[in-house]
Amino acid sequence: MLDWLAEQIILHWDILKYLIPAIPVTVLITVCSFSLAMILGLIIGVMRISRIKLISNFASIYINVIRGIPLLVQIFFIYFGLGKFLNLDRLAAGILAVGICYSAYLAEIFRSGIDAIARGQHEAAKALGMTRFQTLRYVIIPQSLRIVIPPIANEFIASLKDSSLVSIIGMREITRAGREYYSQYFVDFQTWMMVALIYLAMTLTLSKVVKYLERLYAVKGFGSRAT
Amino acid sequence: MIIKVKDLVCRFGDVQALDGISFEIEKGEVVVIIGPSGSGKSTLLRCLNAIDSFDSGKVIIGGTKVEKSHKNVHKIRLEVGMVFQQFNLFPHLTVIENIMLAQRIVRKRSAEISRRKGVELLGLVDLSDKIDAYPAQLSGGQKQRVAIARAMAMDPMIMLFDEVTSALDPEMVGEVLEVINKLVDQGKTMLIATHVIGFAREVADRVIFIENGRIIEEGPPEVIFDNPRQLRTKDFLSKVL
Repeated sequence: MLDWLAEQIILHWDILKYLIPAIPVTVLITVCSFSLAMILGLIIGVMRISRIKLISNFASIYINVIRGIPLLVQIFFIYFGLGKFLNLDRLAAGILAVGICYSAYLAEIFRSGIDAIARGQHEAAKALGMTRFQTLRYVIIPQSLRIVIPPIANEFIASLKDSSLVSIIGMREITRAGREYYSQYFVDFQTWMMVALIYLAMTLTLSKVVKYLERLYAVKGFGSRAT
Repeated sequence: MIIKVKDLVCRFGDVQALDGISFEIEKGEVVVIIGPSGSGKSTLLRCLNAIDSFDSGKVIIGGTKVEKSHKNVHKIRLEVGMVFQQFNLFPHLTVIENIMLAQRIVRKRSAEISRRKGVELLGLVDLSDKIDAYPAQLSGGQKQRVAIARAMAMDPMIMLFDEVTSALDPEMVGEVLEVINKLVDQGKTMLIATHVIGFAREVADRVIFIENGRIIEEGPPEVIFDNPRQLRTKDFLSKVL
């Protein structure tokens, strides 16, 4: 019994040692692709509410098309399809695919955050002579960002998990490393258990960070409606 | 002449909110608009600084014609300060930041000048101790006084007040009216829509009574309030007095 336990501990430790170097790759893919998604998402979200039909239509088409295609297919398309012409390496293709995919979801979140701000805020800014861009930049978006922190955090955690899909084009992140370990030593249960635990540890840590951020951004008295 | 309005018409779908309004306001004049709810008071003010667009007629503010073109609208709004019933302070900014923001990005003043102006105006509205508070930490009356300071900071040619005491608890009405009184003493040109008849009588150089989007009667407060010529004015006043 004790022997078995010792054996298991050594095995898990061995798997963990094998997987650890892949963790930074997962973090890199997630952070880079999500940063891209935030920037693109904010731009598309603002375009979505543009008064110029051409721009708002473009944004809705972008959102609907991207959301309607599985991320895995987008990864294939960007790496094998576009990659041929653009000479993208695995990392760039993976980051681009996850980033573009999540930008569509974030765009909708940003738009709903902007919509949630009371009309009086737009009117007050207008009455003070601000342009529409200034109104968004200084009055509306700073308030929206506080509203959208929780849903955006959800997307961030989801994108961390979805970064595992990039393993399919040979990026050696956590999932890929797990597969490699398995195909070398043929221990399935323990390998995938370890992979799962690493993801779980990362997502739970992130949830804690988000809770902290929410408290940090809850400015004094913010949240009351009539202001 | 600061404002000239001629045959102003504004429709919202089937509703004729303004049906041919004409009047003028001279520099330093305090004009009070009274009238029942839905008579078009708010719409009129909102057309004057181009928050709402109108269908026909002419509005000239400080010699500039109000048109839909972007540049012109921007210029008009600079010259017209507006205070709303619902305060509409920016909740993510402190009191002083609320007052500084538009000075900085619209008037392009330096941080130092904007701040000095803000501090001076907070003194005027008697809120110097709330300079770094957030709007949600203020009472309704305090919020409205900050809103007045915020609009005044832009040095507008005219101030519009859209029923600024209607959303306040009764005990806070006085402090806001007191601030408006100070502006009257400074000789600020103002157009005030209000339900507080006593206050209107006190500050108005001229009173305009509006009903169904039309000016029914116009004149000095003594005449409108004590000897109105129109039956409808009498009717309205008997209900509110």
